Amino acid sequence: MGSTLAQKVWASHVVRQGDAGDDLLYIDLQLLHEVNTPQAFDRLRASGRTVRRPDLTLGTEDHNTPTIDIRRRIEDPEGRRQSELMRSNCAEFGIPLHRLGDSGQGIVHVIAPEQGLTRPGMTIVCCDSHTTTLGAFGALAFGIGASQVEHVLATQTLPMRPLKNLSVTVDGRLPEGVTAKDLILALIAEIGTAGGQGHIIEYRGAAVTALSMEARMTLCNMSVEAGSRAGLIAPDQCTFDYLASRPNMPTSAAWEAELAHWRTLRTDDDAVFDKEVVLNAADLSPYVSWGTNPGQSIPLTAKVPAPDDFADEEARTAAERALAYMDLRPGTEMRDVTVDAVFLGSCTNGRIEDLRAAADVLRGRKVTDGLHMMIVPGSVQVRRQAEEEGLDRVFAEAGADFRAGAGCSMCAALNEDRLAPGQRAASTNNRNFEGRQGKGSRTHIVSPQVAAATAVTGRLTSPSDL
Amino acid sequence: MKKFTVHRGTAAPLRRTNVDTDQIIPVRFCASTTRDGHADALFADWRADPGFVLNKPEHRDATVLIAGNDFGTGSSREYAVWALQDYGFRAVLAPRYGDIFRANSLMNGLVTVVLPAPDIEWLWELVEAGPATCVTVDLEGLEVRAGGRAFPFSLDPESRHRILGGIDPIGSTLQHEDDIARYEAGRRPALPITV
Ligand code: SF4
Repeated sequence: MGSTLAQKVWASHVVRQGDAGDDLLYIDLQLLHEVNTPQAFDRLRASGRTVRRPDLTLGTEDHNTPTIDIRRRIEDPEGRRQSELMRSNCAEFGIPLHRLGDSGQGIVHVIAPEQGLTRPGMTIVCCDSHTTTLGAFGALAFGIGASQVEHVLATQTLPMRPLKNLSVTVDGRLPEGVTAKDLILALIAEIGTAGGQGHIIEYRGAAVTALSMEARMTLCNMSVEAGSRAGLIAPDQCTFDYLASRPNMPTSAAWEAELAHWRTLRTDDDAVFDKEVVLNAADLSPYVSWGTNPGQSIPLTAKVPAPDDFADEEARTAAERALAYMDLRPGTEMRDVTVDAVFLGSCTNGRIEDLRAAADVLRGRKVTDGLHMMIVPGSVQVRRQAEEEGLDRVFAEAGADFRAGAGCSMCAALNEDRLAPGQRAASTNNRNFEGRQGKGSRTHIVSPQVAAATAVTGRLTSPSDL
Repeated sequence: MKKFTVHRGTAAPLRRTNVDTDQIIPVRFCASTTRDGHADALFADWRADPGFVLNKPEHRDATVLIAGNDFGTGSSREYAVWALQDYGFRAVLAPRYGDIFRANSLMNGLVTVVLPAPDIEWLWELVEAGPATCVTVDLEGLEVRAGGRAFPFSLDPESRHRILGGIDPIGSTLQHEDDIARYEAGRRPALPITV
């Protein structure tokens, strides 16, 4: 029997098999940000240990960082303390850090690919559940907690029990105007927020291989919303071309050798998955979330569901709670739902292609009166590229608020960007949990295209409705 | 990590599914830089509601949390585990957990037991009818006992061994430093470095 891509990558990183079924995996790259890490460094220090491989570790500041004026100090004393500790911890242990103001700074999952650090067949971890993003390169990329961060800092390894394999095949072609974001929302609506639990998802099929690297990152990003610890896509020419354009790549002979290795990284024809899901891309349309978990998503052309629409009692109760929290009435057209704000950004949709897609919708149009559209670049590089292409002018002319600083911003609402209680946003992030974008906030997850069109009308709108 | 062998305490029935870590501890409390001091942040938004289960005097001192499906989904914040422990919880019983939360809980010795949904329902009814009922979580015997019934559960042997002995996982791994060094020596030289 053959192996899946995930099994191959896993097997090539086993340092040692434990007696109890755990594998000790070697970690090729650990990424760090300022939240979730101070405690790991504290304990490392207290136990008299050090960082084994600072050269396989990279830090950035993203969660707390201001977006309006990056020279302004972080207002919140605790957030400021996290950033200070990030700096002193990285300095103490010799870990390179992209501080606020550096040209390499940005959301951890955006900068690592930008800098050519995420490559096929690697194992990558980060103190952040959306590390799944990096699976787009055919890497095994996992989110971990602070104790595991400490473990990787000290040993460059992580004990893990093998995960199961879930194949998600998307046949056919995505219709015009339908994006990777819609695809992943449709998948989660189909298999549920626990559908991928205990599994690594491999995305396959014509509609997946047709996606750009950035769109693949959007897809893999939300694997965790499907309950998966990781999601990946086999590397192909699209991956290699992207990597060839990145800094820090090996040159000539070494590049050829790496390329030859990367080409072996695919699931064998006779490999067996534990679970398989097949979607038809042609059936998809722009999706939007209506509830308080990403599984509560429907086509934008649909109506707000009623609790009784769900056969399962658990889903019915969850729908009742979600409708109350979201202040939505069953039967309302999703396209009649009005929003107070639009947020374009995050590690799901804060890359240059996302900004281009939004600019294409906004060009020659205006953000509707009284609505705040905030656009936060995923990284300093994204911001610069957008300026080079004149997207900043498109946003300014449309009346959108294109922020100077890069970071998580209103995805996590840890900096000062947040919704007021009761406010409703169309947002390109990945989580519509209660209070995610500020206490009492209401989030509808959408694609960048839908976000931009929604900013124009003030109601949940797809560009084709404009 | 505090050792855990057998724990006996009262339980709080949390009749909710898909409790994500943003609910367990809202992000505004995650700017802290310590592992402790998170007790008040636990379920902070829900605790504003006087009817919330942890606000009921009869469940206030609970040390076992009985939750619905998919407890601890979402963000990887270990604060969720620390907040539960700070508040006083030693164990959680639920049919299913978010993967990262589960891993975090076991790293910290918060025993997260998987029990089938019907058993959770039975336990909810039991502790709702009699909040003083003691629930025993026996990690040695791999069994939950309450109301005259016993519910066997399983846990991966590695985690069980570690939690029973209060063993530091990093220390265990470092015993295999030779293996790590040997693996390291064989890595392809073209793999990226960050410096
Ligand atoms: S953008 Fe949002 S989901 Fe992504 S790393 Fe930042 S807070 Fe997490």
